[in-house]
Amino acid sequence: MEILISTAIGFLVACGIYLMLRARTMDVVIGLTLLSYAVNLFLFASGRLTNNAAALISSDAAAYADPLPQALVLTAIVIGFGMTAFLVVLAIRAFGDLGNDHVDGEAGK
Amino acid sequence: MMGHWLIVPVLLPMVAAILMLLTARMGRTVERSISLLAMLGLVAVSAVLLNASLSGDYQVYALGNWVAPFGIVLVLDRLSALMVLLTSVLALFSLLYACNGQDREGRHFHVLFHMQLMGLNGAFLTGDLFNLFVFFEILLIASYGLLLHGGGPLRSRAGLHYVILNLAGSALFLIGIGTIYGMLGTLNMADLAVKVAQAGPEQLRLIHISALLLMVVFGLKAALLPLYFWLPGAYSSASAPVAALFAIMTKVGVYSIIRIFMLVFGIEAGALSNLAQPWLLPLGLVTLSLGVFGVLASRCLRKQVAYLVVVSVGTLIAGVGLLTVESMAASLYYLMHSTLITGGLFLLADLIARQRGDVDSELRVGPTVTQPLLLSTMFFIAAMAVVGLPPLGGFIGKLLLLEAAVQQPSMAWFWSVILIASFFALIALSRTGSALFLKTDDTATTGVRAGGASLLAVTALLLSSPLLAVYGNVVSDFSIATAEQLVQPMQYIEGVLGPQPSSMVNSMGGEQ
Repeated sequence: MEILISTAIGFLVACGIYLMLRARTMDVVIGLTLLSYAVNLFLFASGRLTNNAAALISSDAAAYADPLPQALVLTAIVIGFGMTAFLVVLAIRAFGDLGNDHVDGEAGK
Repeated sequence: MMGHWLIVPVLLPMVAAILMLLTARMGRTVERSISLLAMLGLVAVSAVLLNASLSGDYQVYALGNWVAPFGIVLVLDRLSALMVLLTSVLALFSLLYACNGQDREGRHFHVLFHMQLMGLNGAFLTGDLFNLFVFFEILLIASYGLLLHGGGPLRSRAGLHYVILNLAGSALFLIGIGTIYGMLGTLNMADLAVKVAQAGPEQLRLIHISALLLMVVFGLKAALLPLYFWLPGAYSSASAPVAALFAIMTKVGVYSIIRIFMLVFGIEAGALSNLAQPWLLPLGLVTLSLGVFGVLASRCLRKQVAYLVVVSVGTLIAGVGLLTVESMAASLYYLMHSTLITGGLFLLADLIARQRGDVDSELRVGPTVTQPLLLSTMFFIAAMAVVGLPPLGGFIGKLLLLEAAVQQPSMAWFWSVILIASFFALIALSRTGSALFLKTDDTATTGVRAGGASLLAVTALLLSSPLLAVYGNVVSDFSIATAEQLVQPMQYIEGVLGPQPSSMVNSMGGEQ
């Protein structure tokens, strides 16, 4: 499971960075979204990967999953969601103001 | 104990912002009254908090009464009290300036302004790393809205860069936090300081990496060397009261660097102690030098002031990087002065630009300003203060910094860079002054006279420089006391977590 998770994180980060460097606003938005998915998975994994472990106290549990990273991921997801929504609106507005979708507002560069 | 006072600087702006949203249909006068009243209240509360911090005790507020390290705590020491007061004073005058009409250029200016204050105060008061991230995001999303206030293609473009860079920065921040949590199992700053000192050798490398990641993130907020290119564009295109408030935003990055790298990775952090030392001083000096080139090369006053912010950050980080009590105290003095003066300069640049018609704040021949004597005197005083000429506060700040570097191995570099940079800034600002006020054509002036509220705001911010010089003794005593508190992480840890087992105190604080 460790290999699966770490490959997934690495793949998402690579795609995210590639898209961010494309310098077109929509590509950058999708790139940042992928990057935030990678970060959320990473945060989730920081509490160690456990199978069938109780999250809350139970009398017959042998091991517990760490609940804190789950709370952190939840916060990070909410914040990332809000920021992405804002960025999409901003990208549309910049397209209207600048006439093209390059992040510098100058097409053809 | 302070009771619930500690949470007020976070709650008051939030309640005010919500109230303003609810009463949005009742007209601008209601909005402005709520906004200014809440702002005055915030200044008063900050003063109370500063007064409480003078004794040197750590005031801890456990949110929801969950005891640290399990719950989130707010911690008040001298540094955070100072930053909260500085923020509210700067914000009060920015708001006063905005009430002269610029708050009407877009919607919900006051709501966003107070949300930003909430994020700033929270970031200064929190004692938890993840909570710091959350407050960073609050102040950032409010600042995105404020930066776009007034609209226009320039702001859209600068805003796009600013938002994307900060989102990437937030991703790095979370990776740093995740790694630290994975290694140490805690995010409370005091608890982190204890755990870092006890970290096993197999954990050190990952902790080191995540600490440097955090430095990159804070460096981005503070606009340190490779990460400052967003600042001149963003600050110079923001509307004046917003830019003035943003003068404190870079200081949030500086504050976080001081907090994390003095407390968690400070002198008592075992194998990772003084982790920031090899980085801060050189980065600060190079940032300072490049910032001064920006000041020299600017073709427009607003951009020049934005580069002056970069210069002040470079000077501050270099001062912090010396890592002695004297240099830290000098940096704090310089921080107060430079924040208020650059804030005042942004407002002044706007006053000047508004009276020059289409030429705006560009440094070329244009019409005479409507109030030449008043504005040129103000510009003269502000320039003297920001360059650091006697007898104003900027001079004392730089003198303290230079004195702190005596006997340090890096003294030669430190002295020469700071002095040469000040000289170049002096040349650049003299040229700006003559371009703005002397090289004028004879076209009729079109600008309106500056309103009373805006003049009051600029004057008050500029007055901070002579005041900091006159009360230099009191202020520098306070900053020395603050610096002494900062170099004793054990006091902070015990203030938050209660008395530590004596074996650990011995192993950690043996040299005291």
